[in-house]
Amino acid sequence: MASGVKPRVKVPKTAAAGEAITIKTLISHKMESGQRKDDDGNVIPRSIINRFTCDFNGESVIDVVLEPAISTNPYLEFEALVPETGEFKFTWYDDDGSVYEETKEITVG
Amino acid sequence: MELTRRKAILLGAGAFLAAGLPFRASAALEDKIAEFTGGAEVGAGDIQLTAPEIAENGNTVPIEVSSDTADEIMVLALGNPTPSVATFKFGKLAASRTASTRIRLAGTQDVIAIAKLPDGSFVQATSTVKVTIGGCGG
Repeated sequence: MASGVKPRVKVPKTAAAGEAITIKTLISHKMESGQRKDDDGNVIPRSIINRFTCDFNGESVIDVVLEPAISTNPYLEFEALVPETGEFKFTWYDDDGSVYEETKEITVG
Repeated sequence: MELTRRKAILLGAGAFLAAGLPFRASAALEDKIAEFTGGAEVGAGDIQLTAPEIAENGNTVPIEVSSDTADEIMVLALGNPTPSVATFKFGKLAASRTASTRIRLAGTQDVIAIAKLPDGSFVQATSTVKVTIGGCGG
């Protein structure tokens, strides 16, 4: 499934150098677990986001492996250090091979 | 229907298989843990798992893992059809070893978080969540 997937990320616009900021991410995705059955009793095949990564200027912040036990519209919240002005890059990897990306700029003032 | 000897044996074999199922589920769990820890012993210590005591809806149960030093944290739900939930790997720019997300739980069960510390040792924390409506559909 690659329709209607929309990443949403909340990152502050500015931060002090070396400050720890909280990042909240959500992506709309049905996260079909592969356990459910349709009305005819056929198993609905698994279709989930299996990996999420967040980088800041190429340095890794967090790398998460997601399993079918993660809820629909996977939500993740974590904290990152901001050493300098730069760009956060968020990447979600779908089971079907699609990759969803989102970037957010942050200014150290 | 007459209970023949053949049927009795089949019944017995069926019952034996059914009884064996929980064992197989826990074997999968042990495999998962062994894969993560490499067979090392798992102690208690620098890991906290925050989960609600009662979750009304097993489809979205908010959980949070945190630790002071962990490099990696794996979350497992013991009562789910597949025990794995997520593995968090913290990079250089992670300000804290904290992450929260929402998970699915099939029913009332224990949730475990296992953390890999920088010295190569492993610690775990467990939390029991009561689930009113399971989150596995069908």
